[in-house]
Amino acid sequence: MAIVTFTENIQRLIECPPMSVDGQSLHDVLENVFNNNPNARSYILDDQGQVRKHINIFINDQAAKDRKTLTDKIQSEDNIYIMQALSGG
Amino acid sequence: MADKFMVGTRKGLFIYQKNDDSWQISQTVFLGEQVPIVLFDPRDKSMYAALSHGHFGNKLHRSTDLGKSWQEITVPAYPPKPEDAEAIICPVRQIEIPWNLEMIWSLAIDPRNEGALWCGTIPGGLFHSPDHGQTWNLVESLWNHESRKKWVGGGYDFPGIHSICVDPRDANCIRVGISCGGVMMTTDGGKSWQQAAHGMRAAYLPPEMANIPDGQDPHIIVQCQSQPDCLWSQHHNGIFKSTDGSKSWQEIEDVKPSVFGFVVAVDPNDPNTAWFVPAIKDELRIPVDGKFVVTRTKDGGKSFEILTDGLPQEHAYDIIYRHSLDVDDSGNNLIMGSTTGSLWYTTNQGDSWQTLSTNLPPIFCVKYF
Repeated sequence: MAIVTFTENIQRLIECPPMSVDGQSLHDVLENVFNNNPNARSYILDDQGQVRKHINIFINDQAAKDRKTLTDKIQSEDNIYIMQALSGG
Repeated sequence: MADKFMVGTRKGLFIYQKNDDSWQISQTVFLGEQVPIVLFDPRDKSMYAALSHGHFGNKLHRSTDLGKSWQEITVPAYPPKPEDAEAIICPVRQIEIPWNLEMIWSLAIDPRNEGALWCGTIPGGLFHSPDHGQTWNLVESLWNHESRKKWVGGGYDFPGIHSICVDPRDANCIRVGISCGGVMMTTDGGKSWQQAAHGMRAAYLPPEMANIPDGQDPHIIVQCQSQPDCLWSQHHNGIFKSTDGSKSWQEIEDVKPSVFGFVVAVDPNDPNTAWFVPAIKDELRIPVDGKFVVTRTKDGGKSFEILTDGLPQEHAYDIIYRHSLDVDDSGNNLIMGSTTGSLWYTTNQGDSWQTLSTNLPPIFCVKYF
């Protein structure tokens, strides 16, 4: 299972503890996260299901490539970091 | 007389309450977050506050205990974009208008049903909620209206609805002000829309285009509650007034010290009394000569007084944004908040002003409740 960790900054708005979830793509992983924590969805994705422009997602040490349809492949044991961008503050 | 008001700022929401003769901040909420617009619904005494998180998008919160506690409610969301949806390209900048909520810019009560609300947004979608903001529906008749192809961004990159005037005589008659898209009006509760900005003039467009209603940038539209055929607009290009329910608009020129500004308030009991806060147009956006003044007409725009008592008259660079001047039901009390965090009130229609703060965060909106 991949481990998804959220920026500390989001914790003051909604509870987003680290989660271990299944999924072979970033899309599947995030859907599993949101199934467990539905309030988090609109904080991470926009109306059309794309990554918000001032949110950064890293898979281990690589930024996610597909921010629109979230097709980046995920391996078991991957670390996924959901962080706020330096822009947008 | 109103004894409470909300101040939405760049860094939180402040609720002021009057105790004896003194105004105090009674609640501070959402500290650090942008609060672009607020609403009070007198029917059930609900308060609504829109938040614009820099990273996490726009949210909507509701309080049912006069601001003591707040709950996040559903935020208006654009429905999934159909694959065959036509891309709307800004006719000036040639960039695509997004199909996403960029900002909540206006909120209003829909008097037809308790708990029903309207919400105007950037990039130009109007939303309706039948249930205190628990669910929202995009008003597709306006979103799909042919005129939207002509809308362009004003102060923001994309067009937006900043004014929602529900006619007090008929809640199916609604006018929305758009920067930049003129005034769209419905008389059937939102099923169909017509342009209602005829007579406005845009000096920032080529002369051949200056009178096109869809290109107008009314910074704000307000409607007199006792004589609803009278509407006022502080337009990017100056001051405009309608006395025929927005069938036509007349420009009022040569108002000293300037006709440029963002805001207007109209006396709810007297359509001829209105207040403006002028500034140097439009690249500079600072008070003329560093003197911060309010202009007031009491004769429907034939003449204006310049009000200065209690307002800073040297090195003042305050601007009052479009939602940051409010008048209460009596028409005597006004509250006004500036981009540099100054807050003033008057109890005598602006003859004199008292300072409540000079160091709040930049103020986006004020609202009596």
